[in-house]
Amino acid sequence: MARKKTKSVIPGFGISFGVSVSILSLIVIIPLCSLVIYSSQLTLEQFFEIITRPRVLASYKVSLATSFIASVINAVMGLVMAWVLVRYEFPGKRILDGMIELPFALPTAVAGISLAHLTVPNGPVGAVFSGLGIDIAYTWVGITVAMTFIGIPFVVRSIQPVLENVEGEYEEAAYLMGAGRLQTFFRVVLPEIRPALIAGFTMAFARCLGEYGSVVFIAGNKPYETEIAPLMIMSELQEFDYPAATSVALTMLLMAFVILFVNAVLQSRASAIVSGIR
Amino acid sequence: MKIEDPKAVKWTLIGITAAFLAVMLVLPLTYVLFTAFRSGLEGFVAAVTDKYALHAVYLTVIVTLMAVAVNVVFGLYTAWALTKFSFRGKKLLSTIIDLPLTVSPIIAGLIFVLTFGRQSVLYPYLSDLHIKIIFAVPGIVLATVFVTFPFISREIIPVLNAQGKDEEEAAALMGAGAFRIFRQITFPHIKWAFMYGVVLCTARAMGEFGAVSVLSGHLRGKTNTMPLYIEILYQGYDFTGAFAVSSLLVVMAILILIARNVLEHRSKAQYLKNRRKA
Repeated sequence: MARKKTKSVIPGFGISFGVSVSILSLIVIIPLCSLVIYSSQLTLEQFFEIITRPRVLASYKVSLATSFIASVINAVMGLVMAWVLVRYEFPGKRILDGMIELPFALPTAVAGISLAHLTVPNGPVGAVFSGLGIDIAYTWVGITVAMTFIGIPFVVRSIQPVLENVEGEYEEAAYLMGAGRLQTFFRVVLPEIRPALIAGFTMAFARCLGEYGSVVFIAGNKPYETEIAPLMIMSELQEFDYPAATSVALTMLLMAFVILFVNAVLQSRASAIVSGIR
Repeated sequence: MKIEDPKAVKWTLIGITAAFLAVMLVLPLTYVLFTAFRSGLEGFVAAVTDKYALHAVYLTVIVTLMAVAVNVVFGLYTAWALTKFSFRGKKLLSTIIDLPLTVSPIIAGLIFVLTFGRQSVLYPYLSDLHIKIIFAVPGIVLATVFVTFPFISREIIPVLNAQGKDEEEAAALMGAGAFRIFRQITFPHIKWAFMYGVVLCTARAMGEFGAVSVLSGHLRGKTNTMPLYIEILYQGYDFTGAFAVSSLLVVMAILILIARNVLEHRSKAQYLKNRRKA
């Protein structure tokens, strides 16, 4: 449809625009601006002093490392699950497909206490693993488990619609020309779903970085070891140390934007290559 | 010809998917229900009919209803403004609406503390008027609206874009008012997507933990929503109580998941129908 320059005949622009901008300002714009205003009262030295405290740096490291591992697990498993749910028919498929969104529907605190209680050394799952010498709860393994849980839907749901639209012809052609199954997958299918895979991965990664509810119960929250960055903000808030909380929050926001920016760059590059398929 | 994966590959991949989802999703979910009833039905009933538990349920329902109400108003007006008119800054507006998705819940709580808390420029005026926002119910509602902000508008906008605006323009030219156009022409198109958005919004609103945790001040019997109350019980080693209250949220999550699947199916069908017409 060609974009019309003339005034729309549909009524209601004033009120709908007015209502949405006022609610948006009250809920999103003003509060986010107050973060910027508050942080502008800090000097640059103060800011850097806070965000480079060893305990804060350790929390970034824990957050980034566990989020990354959890998102890699979800990327691999998401690829497998999307493939299974799109390509195969089997009994119970609808149920498996329907439960993928459970991490969105289940309150994070509930998931958090359940995972923690299962994996403590005397819990049903924890007992098995501590027999093998592996502790899950109160270590970075536990944090990764909780983050894997909340990240499950992102990659699957991002790949599924793309995989549904991938035409079988190229796969058949590759197969007829003598490519093996794995070769066909890596050379033909994977390039087509790569943008969706990257998008799902980055969304899961960003979500894991900011996640709080499901992680705090299983993390143990030991300073320098299992303290995640959102918890840093929380504990500084409880000590009413607003400058420190704000500085850490700004750094985290910056990380989230960098992740989304990298995603956008990768997406536009990928869509330039595969713009033909959709 | 359609190439099929060998049977062994197919069933191995289905097995991996089923096992992963069983361990990561089904196990934590059933464990909540199992632990809730471990000390018998009386223990469960006592835990969920506790005075503080009932108050937490009540507050969660109130907060969820208010958050959904604000988002319904915002979602409908914004979708109308963004899809029926073209104006400067449209892209910016839709970017800002999606912003809350990338912000950690803890940061969402923090920005409201900075906006309305003791160190804010607004604080003297608010305290003169005896309005309490931080560590009180209004703060909890604001934070919940923030984290669920894009949920409804995001579901409606693609459907309206696919539908186009010819029908509305025709109705407007024939003299129908804005409300009439919306009720008789627009809403039937977006009915399912709208309800789908409401379900997503409800799920997130009743389960929000991080943002609410920052703003509640944890006043038992006053500002505790269900997830916060669960945290208090769990940290007080009242596991039966924590899991009993959690099981109520688990049941809600399952209902939401079912509603979600039904509505997604319908709204997808409607979206395809609209697109074919456009």
